[in-house]
Amino acid sequence: MGERVSDGRTTVERKSDRELVVTRVFDGPVRLVFDAWTKAELFQLWWAPKSSGVPMLACEMDARTGGGYSVTFGKDAENAMTFYGKYLEVTPPSRLVWTNDESEQGAITTVTFEEEEGDRTLLVLQELYPSKEALDESFVGMEDAMPEQFRQLDELLAARAASAA
Amino acid sequence: MTSIVALILNYMVQYEAARLDASFAALSDATRRGVLEQLGRGDASITELADRFHMTLTGMKKHVGVLEQAGLVTTEKVGRVRTCRLGGRGFEEEVAWIEERHRIWSSRFDALDQVIEAMKRKEKADGRTRE
Repeated sequence: MGERVSDGRTTVERKSDRELVVTRVFDGPVRLVFDAWTKAELFQLWWAPKSSGVPMLACEMDARTGGGYSVTFGKDAENAMTFYGKYLEVTPPSRLVWTNDESEQGAITTVTFEEEEGDRTLLVLQELYPSKEALDESFVGMEDAMPEQFRQLDELLAARAASAA
Repeated sequence: MTSIVALILNYMVQYEAARLDASFAALSDATRRGVLEQLGRGDASITELADRFHMTLTGMKKHVGVLEQAGLVTTEKVGRVRTCRLGGRGFEEEVAWIEERHRIWSSRFDALDQVIEAMKRKEKADGRTRE
């Protein structure tokens, strides 16, 4: 464990078997950053960046302790997927905790917002999964859905490298 | 909502596609295929490869650069000698695992930067109109 990747701005670290931590500093005061995470009209501007090619179709947030959220992504309504859960804690403007209920192996996500010098915000996001396997496989679906031809091409390239060896 | 499968899938597909484009471009040249075969028998310096394929150093550097970009070859400079070896693309699974997550968060947060920038501008403008 303990793998860590940083580009000097965003750092992603696997802190333990079940825990992934992402940190980033934003050039804006805590209250604005917190709003961007808790107001649906702002949240949908950035959570699914344009480069992803998968737009957010709907976003509802009742960002209060005990409130719920639901976020739907997809190219169109037929190929959409909804992510949903409950806010376990909402303490403006410093702390957010939510569940990810679309999967039984979903993490508990905790986001903290901390004032930094110069009107900046240190954001720490922690995902705590129910088990090591749940974190390992938190990208399941990706590999399963990866187009078959890509896998075949990968095998082809691997075979070429092996035959060259 | 943290584990956005659809979003990740798309990133992955784009990433794979770009990687495969680079791999195919790299493999489309007979000299580069020869270099891969040669490196399959053992590591070699750029100079050795240039000699082996009767090329200039500059020409070989170019070919190795293409292979390196495609992740098919890695190079390491020790003193004045740059040694080439096969591989690199099969980088450790754990590294890929976390790099993939990093890519997603990083791109998402770059988008959030812009939203915050816009919010700050709006606040400033609103402040001015109130004055």
